[in-house]
Amino acid sequence: MNIIKALEQEQLRSDLPKLEIGDFIKVHVKVKEGTRERLQVFEGTVIAIKGEGIRETFTVRRISYGVGVERIFPVNSPKIDHIDVVRKGIVRRAKLYFLRERVGKASKIKERLDVKQ
Amino acid sequence: MQKVILGKKVGMTQIFNEDGLAIPVTVIEAGPCTVVQKMTADKEGYSAIKVGFGTVSEKRINKPQKGLFAKLKVAPKKYLREFRLADADKFEIGQEIKVNDMFQTGDRVDVSGVSKGKGFQGTIKRYGQHGGADTHGSMYHRRVGSMGSNTSPARVFKGKKLPGHMGVDSVTVQNLDIVRVDEERNLLLVKGAVPGAKGSLLVIKDTVKAGK
Repeated sequence: MNIIKALEQEQLRSDLPKLEIGDFIKVHVKVKEGTRERLQVFEGTVIAIKGEGIRETFTVRRISYGVGVERIFPVNSPKIDHIDVVRKGIVRRAKLYFLRERVGKASKIKERLDVKQ
Repeated sequence: MQKVILGKKVGMTQIFNEDGLAIPVTVIEAGPCTVVQKMTADKEGYSAIKVGFGTVSEKRINKPQKGLFAKLKVAPKKYLREFRLADADKFEIGQEIKVNDMFQTGDRVDVSGVSKGKGFQGTIKRYGQHGGADTHGSMYHRRVGSMGSNTSPARVFKGKKLPGHMGVDSVTVQNLDIVRVDEERNLLLVKGAVPGAKGSLLVIKDTVKAGK
């Protein structure tokens, strides 16, 4: 089991900020177009964090042209260039799936002002 | 068959490749193997090599084997397996075979092992047959179906799929991609699952399937 742990340890990334549920973030994703590589930004709210170690993922939800869009990223994916935490949110649960049923002002999350970015 | 190595299944994990995709891999501790005997066309009538792999306490092996390892001046090996390689003449007795001598990243391999024991199982689990309805008064849940016709042939045909022992079979998974070869730690990472429990013996050969 130590061999597998060591293999997983090698792939973990320490350069990304620690994410929490309710954070509003900007994920800069590397996108390959033919031979060129550029960065694409996906911004939204972290509504779920699942798994641990190399298998850990987080789900980002945003409303795009009136349609809810969710993207799941592996936390340690080399495709993620960097993540900006824009603001922290006040939330009381670990999974914010209730946001899927809410639209407009009801889907807003209160900002946490007691932590400095 | 050109290439072969013995290994131990360590377990599964995932690896990100250069495109950033998560690849499911099985980690195999492959080699180092020692050539303990060489069969030649002159002496045995065919050419092959016998290799040893794994460590075992000297108490666990019998006297003839002890003599064999003492003659070669190597530590006792847990497993001995014989392989008919195309270039068996090239190997020397006592030579150590490491994983990077045999395989490179991108090669395709067949992996053989002994599957996990499942005990006495019914036909649904053992052969993938369908079950009856659970409700609506069915009373026919996971039973074996028809045994065949009645008067003629008046017997059950041989090979009829019935409940019985499942698992502990020799199983080969063909055409697996080698994702990485780690020569320092003697590791072989192949894409996908391989048969057997963690810690069980695996035989890794170059694939019998045609090229990519």
